[in-house]
Amino acid sequence: MAKYMLEVNKLKTKYVTRFKEDVYAVDGVSLKIEEGKSLGIAGESGCGKSTLALSLMGYYFAPLHYMSGEIIVDGLKISDMKPDDVRRKVLGNEIAYIPQAAMNALNPTQKIIRFIEDVIHAHDKKVSKKDIYDMAVERFQILGLPKEVLEKHAVELSGGMKQRTVIAISTILSPKVLIADEPSSALDVTSQKMVIRMLRELMEKGFIKSMIFITHELPLLYNVTDDIMVMYAGQIVEKGTAKEMVFDPVHPYSKGLMGSIIVPEAGTREQKLEAIPGTPPNLKRPPAGCRFAARCKYAKPECSFYEVPEKEFGNGRMYRCLYDVDYLKEVYGRNG
Amino acid sequence: MFHQIKQVFHSPKFVVGFVIFVIMLVFAIFYPMVSSFGPMEMVGTGFYAPGTYVSVVDTAQSGDSLTFNVDTASSAYDSALPQETRESMKKWLVNQAGVAEGDIDLNDAEALVALWQEKYDPELSQGLITADKRAYQRLDEQLKTLGSGDGGIILAVEDEEGNLQVSKEVAANQFVNVSDISNTVTVPMGTDNFGADMATKLASSIGVSLQIGLLAGIIATIIGLFFGLLSGYLGGWVDDFLVFITNLFTVIPSFVILILIANSVGQAARGPMMVAMIIGCTSWPWTARSVRSQVLSLRNRDHVNLSKLSGHSLPRIVLVDILPYLASYVVMAMILQISSGILSEAQLSMLGLGPSTADATTLGLMMNWAQKFGALTSNCWWAFIPVIISVALITFSLNLMNTGLDQVFNPQLRDS
Amino acid sequence: MAELGKSVLKGEGITKVFGYGKTRTTAVDHVDFDFREGEVISIVGESGSGKTTIARMILGLINVTEGNMYFNGQPRDISSGKKRKEYWKNIQAVFQDPFSSFNMFNKIDSVLLDCINMAGGRHLSKEEKEKLMTEACSFVNLKYAELTNKYPFELSGGQMQRLMIARIFLLKPKILIADEPTSMVDACSRATILDYLLKLRDDEHMTIIFITHDIGLAYYVSDSVYIMEHGKFVESGPAEDVIIHPKADYTKRLISDVPKINDEWDLTTVE
Repeated sequence: MAKYMLEVNKLKTKYVTRFKEDVYAVDGVSLKIEEGKSLGIAGESGCGKSTLALSLMGYYFAPLHYMSGEIIVDGLKISDMKPDDVRRKVLGNEIAYIPQAAMNALNPTQKIIRFIEDVIHAHDKKVSKKDIYDMAVERFQILGLPKEVLEKHAVELSGGMKQRTVIAISTILSPKVLIADEPSSALDVTSQKMVIRMLRELMEKGFIKSMIFITHELPLLYNVTDDIMVMYAGQIVEKGTAKEMVFDPVHPYSKGLMGSIIVPEAGTREQKLEAIPGTPPNLKRPPAGCRFAARCKYAKPECSFYEVPEKEFGNGRMYRCLYDVDYLKEVYGRNG
Repeated sequence: MFHQIKQVFHSPKFVVGFVIFVIMLVFAIFYPMVSSFGPMEMVGTGFYAPGTYVSVVDTAQSGDSLTFNVDTASSAYDSALPQETRESMKKWLVNQAGVAEGDIDLNDAEALVALWQEKYDPELSQGLITADKRAYQRLDEQLKTLGSGDGGIILAVEDEEGNLQVSKEVAANQFVNVSDISNTVTVPMGTDNFGADMATKLASSIGVSLQIGLLAGIIATIIGLFFGLLSGYLGGWVDDFLVFITNLFTVIPSFVILILIANSVGQAARGPMMVAMIIGCTSWPWTARSVRSQVLSLRNRDHVNLSKLSGHSLPRIVLVDILPYLASYVVMAMILQISSGILSEAQLSMLGLGPSTADATTLGLMMNWAQKFGALTSNCWWAFIPVIISVALITFSLNLMNTGLDQVFNPQLRDS
Repeated sequence: MAELGKSVLKGEGITKVFGYGKTRTTAVDHVDFDFREGEVISIVGESGSGKTTIARMILGLINVTEGNMYFNGQPRDISSGKKRKEYWKNIQAVFQDPFSSFNMFNKIDSVLLDCINMAGGRHLSKEEKEKLMTEACSFVNLKYAELTNKYPFELSGGQMQRLMIARIFLLKPKILIADEPTSMVDACSRATILDYLLKLRDDEHMTIIFITHDIGLAYYVSDSVYIMEHGKFVESGPAEDVIIHPKADYTKRLISDVPKINDEWDLTTVE
């Protein structure tokens, strides 16, 4: 059996608003990532995918609160650790996190090499500056970044270059899990492609052992990750390999999501775009039964009554719907 | 809107500031009403430390009270009998008892009292007016007590008849309850150099200072808002011109302009409201600049473009589509202007350029007087410390409210 | 492609220069275009390419530094407030961010009422106005009865954007400029918005100018496509030609940089 780099069991976290209301943004999420694999998380805005990314780091600060569940990184159970220990031992070393605006995190008054020294000294004080420099040059060259960048300030770099530099800095300690939350959404397409190529390289060269990639752009996810997971209202609704998810979605929500993909390829114009009417439920009071029932074309009255379990089928795929796969496929077939 | 007002009271900073401000306001409004003195009325003569004062002058003639003795020694007569009392004693002795004028030595209080006690008889007061009769009667009682050496009595006027009654007797080694003595003056914060009650004066000063601050703030906000809206929204040469004027006012220290204007207006014309206007007219550039920068970012918002595309006129766009977005910001700016207006007034007054002093006092003037009449050198802390604390509390509470509002209206500063 | 309608908007040598002296930057550099009636046109470019500046010039929100624009074959004249108002009856816009497209202090009704008044319905009775508003809302599948007396922040982004389209429905302009109308809404609401826009074209014979950075979206919705780089059109023509068989290097690069699903996405061709 393959070694799991990240194991999450029934993780539940909440936000507490200014009015002391609880918002359950991640509600019982379980997932496993094998060594050398990457997982994509897709979903509408507000479905909890970014919150999941923050929760996975095991480092909580208000208004986000941990409630229950466990997070295991390569055998190390970080959900039981004290926040300070998590920050010192886990972040950077075991888990690295890159948000969308990561490029703005660089202090404009310092040279890039200083950040790398900071990261390394935070975990090991004894390394000399010379060693760090050599190490950084080597890593930058492998990743296709010019080594001159090390001696520059953040303001001298373009947006795409800054983002790639931040990724290189945060993975300098070769973490086991890289969580990338929309790392390329603020960039133009060319820079986006370079960021993606770099992430692929990090995986191939083994600098990171596994990756979680979060985005709302499905074509991008399809090209970046091995597996795709679709989230809706704080829960996972379907999981499978990228190919299966894009071309053969099972859950009605994933079906709608995949039907809304537009790419500049021949044949796109003939395809009919799918729309999902309505808005996601309010997570302060999640509805009983299937959370997607109110927007689902195929929903029946019983959908709102029964708590829907996660069901497994096929080769390690998972979905969350009251109906079996065969029935759903038949319905889709009938509707064209 | 109501929702936002409710939100404001969720901010602890705002609530603390608001409570302090309301306490100051209530003090300024209601204290002068309950106080028995006017703000400029002379209660004492010069600096009196805080406390309760018993009148020593004219106790016998004061109408409705008191006689008391503090000293059994005969020399007590010297201090207890003012010259006027001696004169009136002499008058009675000469006119009613027929004592020769030469036998009376006004400088020898002891002899005078001895003579008095020998001759005085209420029956002899025939022919005098009632008030005088009573006064002499009271004087006699007082002298008896003084002479008796064993304490004093407290007299009170009977309601109906107007006769004097002994309401209490006090032995020499006893204490008198202050509430039994009616001719007392209580000055909780002492008096200033003019002898005016500090508490009343402070209350009315806070009121006037707040009025000055409010008027200055409103004037500065209106001018600043007008310039800021115009230059931010219109852009082009109008913007360049208005920014030039604003910069001009910012570059020249506004306090210097303030001094020059205040000086040239002249002492006579410089009432509190005039000072407020002078302050308001020099402090607007700050508001204008910040309003302009807000408008610059607002005018590129899509709803403004959409409003243009809907064919709305310029005043309508400015008033309906831009001003409401600025409202909370402008209120915050105004609060700061009010607080800086109060400080500016204090600064001006310290330099002697404050409002003219005929009928109104301000916090600045009080400090100015305290300094001028040597309250600092003569250890009269009550003449300036409460004023300083008041100024500090008012500006502190206004700034606190501003920060609280900022937290509510500026999402970036919201804490969880 | 359908037969070409008559020209509604034509630009010759349109140029926009911002700033002066050393800060002088040319945002749009001598571009020519010719938009025809009932056509869906996309202007595609990356951020900073000048596509939004063109949209604003066409809308008459900013001045044109140089060049001539012809509306319905006549030179465009928006020199006075009255003429501008007349011009805006014929050209309207849907903007990118639905949340900033509304004045949050005004009720939703006021937005629609403005449109009725502008389209010449000022004299109508209250009932007639309400009927029009109900009709406009039902065009975008919203219920007027549920929206009346509400404030914009009570709606979702998708609903707001649909309401913006209802506004266009009431005004029925000849030209609609849609400036990234779907980039702020979720993928599943995107199809709905696009459907309504295309329906406006079909029903009202409107010319729709789509401003977007998403080349896939441009291909999906438009009849003709203009590709823009650094203030210039590098390629233009029917969507099929430009996007499936691009000729300009920039277009080729742009298309190759977008992730694909059916075709292989070649990551090696960077730089």
